[in-house]
Amino acid sequence: MAVTNMGYGNMVKRKSKKSPLLKNMLWAFCVGGAICTVGQALADLFKQYGLSLLDASSATSITLIFLGAFLTGVNIFDKIAKHAGAGTLVPITGFANSIVAPALEFKSEGFVLGMSAKMFTIAGPVLVFGIASSVVYGLILWIFRLF
Amino acid sequence: MAQRIGRYTIGLGNTAVKGYASVVGKKEGEGPLAAGFDYISEDTAFGEKTWEKAESRLQKDVLSRALNKAGATPDSIDIIFSGDLLNQCIGSSYGLREFNIPFIGLYGACSTMAEALTLSAVFVDTGCAGMAAALTSSHFCAAERQFRFPLEYGGQRPPSAQWTVTGGGAVIVSRDGTGPLIKEVTIGRIADLGVKDINNMGAAMAPAAAETLKDYFADTGRKPDDFDLITTGDLGSDGSELLRELMERENIKLGTNYTDCGLMIYDREKQDVHAGGSGCGCSGSVLCSFILNNMCQGKLGEVLFLSTGALMSPMSVQQGESIPSVAHLVHLSSGRK
Repeated sequence: MAVTNMGYGNMVKRKSKKSPLLKNMLWAFCVGGAICTVGQALADLFKQYGLSLLDASSATSITLIFLGAFLTGVNIFDKIAKHAGAGTLVPITGFANSIVAPALEFKSEGFVLGMSAKMFTIAGPVLVFGIASSVVYGLILWIFRLF
Repeated sequence: MAQRIGRYTIGLGNTAVKGYASVVGKKEGEGPLAAGFDYISEDTAFGEKTWEKAESRLQKDVLSRALNKAGATPDSIDIIFSGDLLNQCIGSSYGLREFNIPFIGLYGACSTMAEALTLSAVFVDTGCAGMAAALTSSHFCAAERQFRFPLEYGGQRPPSAQWTVTGGGAVIVSRDGTGPLIKEVTIGRIADLGVKDINNMGAAMAPAAAETLKDYFADTGRKPDDFDLITTGDLGSDGSELLRELMERENIKLGTNYTDCGLMIYDREKQDVHAGGSGCGCSGSVLCSFILNNMCQGKLGEVLFLSTGALMSPMSVQQGESIPSVAHLVHLSSGRK
């Protein structure tokens, strides 16, 4: 071919359609914001029914995880996420989806080596880095408290 | 009798299509080519329990239909060339195990239809087979779980991403076929211009298609205008634009007679498939419906059919490798010119 790798790379950049960033960000802002508003409403509701702030927060997380998992199971989550992008991915609903989706997909390979093993293929790295960074932050906090 | 023309092309004698069939899924059946398919399955799982079994079932169905249309029985087929996208090509081996036909499994990714057709034509033309079958398939759900994400995962696809076609095509080739003639085949070279983006396979494959087309025109002395239709397998919108530009740099201008099977099979706006269709079944099902139907009806005379394949694996992509590609070409002629 009469074109170098770099020349072709530039050609590809020029010809390829860009992601509609503004539209994607608006969707993410609205859907992500809506999920957070629902979360806040749930937390307030739980507090009204007598739960402490800590318990109300936990109950809110549990409810949102359930909703994310449920909507994944009934084939609705991916249809919203297709538009919402980071709006559904970043809140805890995205985490629920990332575990339930492979669990559903790989149940055909069996309960142990399929569903259970593959459940963490997407969420695994999130857990690894989440736990690792919380250990680091914990250590920093511990050191600060020594003085 | 088969003989080499130039450096990369093989000219064939009297090898022709004897029968063909296409089977597709529901989404493809809602697209603009619906009328031409032999069977549209309303059930994406094709009545099976897993996506892999569904794809095997698709291969079995499409071969049975092609045999019927050719008036042939499995006993009369001397060899079958088939491949798919699944690991170890299980779509083909499980789907075709009941036929008891000598079998060669192929892996050419989405270039498989032209690859299988090339090998079938050469086998028949040289007398190594009286009748040969070329087939391929892909299934959206089986490909997604192997190459990308689980179906229910809430991800966002970039505009350059393509949609794997659920479908397959089968062609029965023989010397006494009454369908279009297979006049020449060009076996492609592996091309790699350093594209690493798994969501832009059209861009990765366009250089392979450009090389094969250029080789074919150089070997035969033909020009793009000599053909009623020149079609690539699954370059999609971005890839086919890139192919046009690459060809122009070689001083070969592709006119309005050039299109891509991935652009034909779906209504890209309404069916939300971004850059178009992809997968082995994309070129396979379009060849065995729209293209061969129109050739048999005399609406298309000379056709250059290319299938384009991206030869990476999920592992090579994770290791940061670029995507090598290949494109094979088949010149089909209804014999009018």
